[in-house]
Amino acid sequence: MENTKKFRREPLTDTQLLMTITIGIFFAMYLIAMAVLKGGFLRPQQIFDMLNDNAPLIITSCGLTIVMIAGGIDISVGAVTSLVVMSCVLYLNRGGNIFVSVLLALGIGLAFGLVQGYLISYLEIQPFIVTLAGMFFARGLTTILSVNPQKAEHEGFAKLRDVKIEISWLGYVAKNGNRIPARIELGVVIALACVLIIFLLLKFHKLGRGFYAIGGNQQSALMLGINVKRTRFITYIISGLLSGIAGYVFMMHTGAGNATNAAGMEMNAIASSIIGGTLLTGGVGNVVGTLFGTLTLTTINKIVVSSGLKDPWWQKITTGGMLCFFILLQSIVLSRRSKKKQS
Amino acid sequence: MKNKLKQIFKGGLGQLTIPLIAIALLVIFNLIRDPSFFSIELMHNNDGNIVLAGNLISIINGASELAVLAMGMTLVTAACGGQDISVGAMAAIAGSTFVKVLKASPSITGITVVIAFFAACVVAMLFASFNGVLVAIFKIQPMIATLILFTCGRSIAYWINGGATPTVESPIINAIGGFIPGIPVPTPVLIVIAVAIIFALAFRFTSIELFTQSVGINGSAARLNGINSTFIKLLSFIILGACVAVAGSIAVGRLGLINHETILLDIEMDAILAVAIGGNSLGGGKFKISGSIIGAYVIQMLTITLYAMKVSSTDVKAYKAIVIIILVVIGSPVIKAKFQKLMNRIKDNKRKVSVKGAE
Repeated sequence: MENTKKFRREPLTDTQLLMTITIGIFFAMYLIAMAVLKGGFLRPQQIFDMLNDNAPLIITSCGLTIVMIAGGIDISVGAVTSLVVMSCVLYLNRGGNIFVSVLLALGIGLAFGLVQGYLISYLEIQPFIVTLAGMFFARGLTTILSVNPQKAEHEGFAKLRDVKIEISWLGYVAKNGNRIPARIELGVVIALACVLIIFLLLKFHKLGRGFYAIGGNQQSALMLGINVKRTRFITYIISGLLSGIAGYVFMMHTGAGNATNAAGMEMNAIASSIIGGTLLTGGVGNVVGTLFGTLTLTTINKIVVSSGLKDPWWQKITTGGMLCFFILLQSIVLSRRSKKKQS
Repeated sequence: MKNKLKQIFKGGLGQLTIPLIAIALLVIFNLIRDPSFFSIELMHNNDGNIVLAGNLISIINGASELAVLAMGMTLVTAACGGQDISVGAMAAIAGSTFVKVLKASPSITGITVVIAFFAACVVAMLFASFNGVLVAIFKIQPMIATLILFTCGRSIAYWINGGATPTVESPIINAIGGFIPGIPVPTPVLIVIAVAIIFALAFRFTSIELFTQSVGINGSAARLNGINSTFIKLLSFIILGACVAVAGSIAVGRLGLINHETILLDIEMDAILAVAIGGNSLGGGKFKISGSIIGAYVIQMLTITLYAMKVSSTDVKAYKAIVIIILVVIGSPVIKAKFQKLMNRIKDNKRKVSVKGAE
């Protein structure tokens, strides 16, 4: 009796189903790329490169996933990231302290989160407009700080930037016979830590369950005794804070501030969340799915580049096509399930 | 008469209160700052035509594409409860088609321009109906559905151009973006007026306005009342497609070339903003096209005012954001309710005082 109970599987929830599809497609795509394109795809370094390049995107996507689960939207993340990079680089170049620069990054992110969250949750202004204004403000402020690209020339920071985890047995032998170890940047560790923390928060903490509740049905959440306004406020604070962290990681990766940094990152973050199975209507989503969503998006780009489509437009057109595929797939899967439920 | 005035003050101008207040504030600000901001003069342009010039004209002229897009965006917003973020990318596609057809013809005459415009219209409507099908039939949220074209639209435009930024030189194209000889008013302004008249006629003689509103307020209730809500949503996207083609053609006419990366950059955000400033709910339902048009001019006036104050074009965004936040905070329901409470308390106090005085 107890045995059957243990092995009876509960049907997958919407979140888990969409996430499973994404993870399945990611592995299928990567395996096909390994079999057909070979080259770099056979090396583990390829995956680490993808992570190294996209650590900031993963972090911002996590924040966006939380906001989207709670039924909102935050399109200011890319601009805030850019602002953080620029202000931290300028601060460090004036002989600043590394510890203070981290605080500065977190502070800027937090400030944006606080103001936007307050306007959206307590003054009930539409989130799209508020975060659009936030985006304009952050982008404008970045160009006011400096129109020209700024390179970080700070000794302590250079040391921090060069901290890399090297795993020699995962490396490969280069053409000249040297063995090159696999390299992972510090930012990736931070990004994965963020994913883990948010995963635990969403899965096991009361606050995380509250996000799902207010995104699923605001009225019911209110009747359950959840403080809807405060919970929504917190989602934006987390998103802002994560943009700040993403900005610092971005700076550790590029080492320079530029007004066009992280351009279009907000839309990439939204796309990765969607591919990962988060619905913009709220209530459905998972941060692990988001991680794989980001990786899927990057893999598509890598495949397009290495499969020899040289014309510059193909990369974006294939990304758009894949996005279309995922969105349609989700829509069909969800509508079939809701029909099954009804019958 | 007095009663009527009182009513207007009491109920405000409804939806149009915020955009009109915004315009009034901007006008007052400019009057205090520099009254010559409003001067309009007749002058000869490079072609020797007599044309109107001045800040006001450049505001009305510069907002043309935005106003046209805002009109279409209002319909989509009202019917679907979401926004189309691909209008800028679609305008690039439409503009590229426009230029491609013009380039293909041996000489540019009035007829070829009309044909090219219709080709651009058809292409833009096709792409818009792709969005529309995703939204109306597959029930995907507009912002997600249009994210696809937002991502790849400019690349498709690049592909149409074959990897170049082609130029077209013709007096007719210059006239579309500039001035028709003999008429001192900029042509884009005339085009906006024409589009607005078409919208007004369509609303006057068909029930599309009512249908759109009912679909936006409650789609399934509208369907039970015999309105084909799928078709209405699709139609709103197709109308937006036509607006996009108009805006793209104007933008090509202004410069005489198509640059897929920079043409109407970030206009989708401005168009959504125009709809919001116009007092329309971004969640769908009731709408007023006139509000969105005023919203478009508010945005352009703000931009020109900032330029006149010697703010550099890259920094304008930051100041714009502050003004937007102030506007939406004034218009937010919570602040309105608080203001109402305050007014009531003041009134009560007055009454108490007068009662005490009588005693």
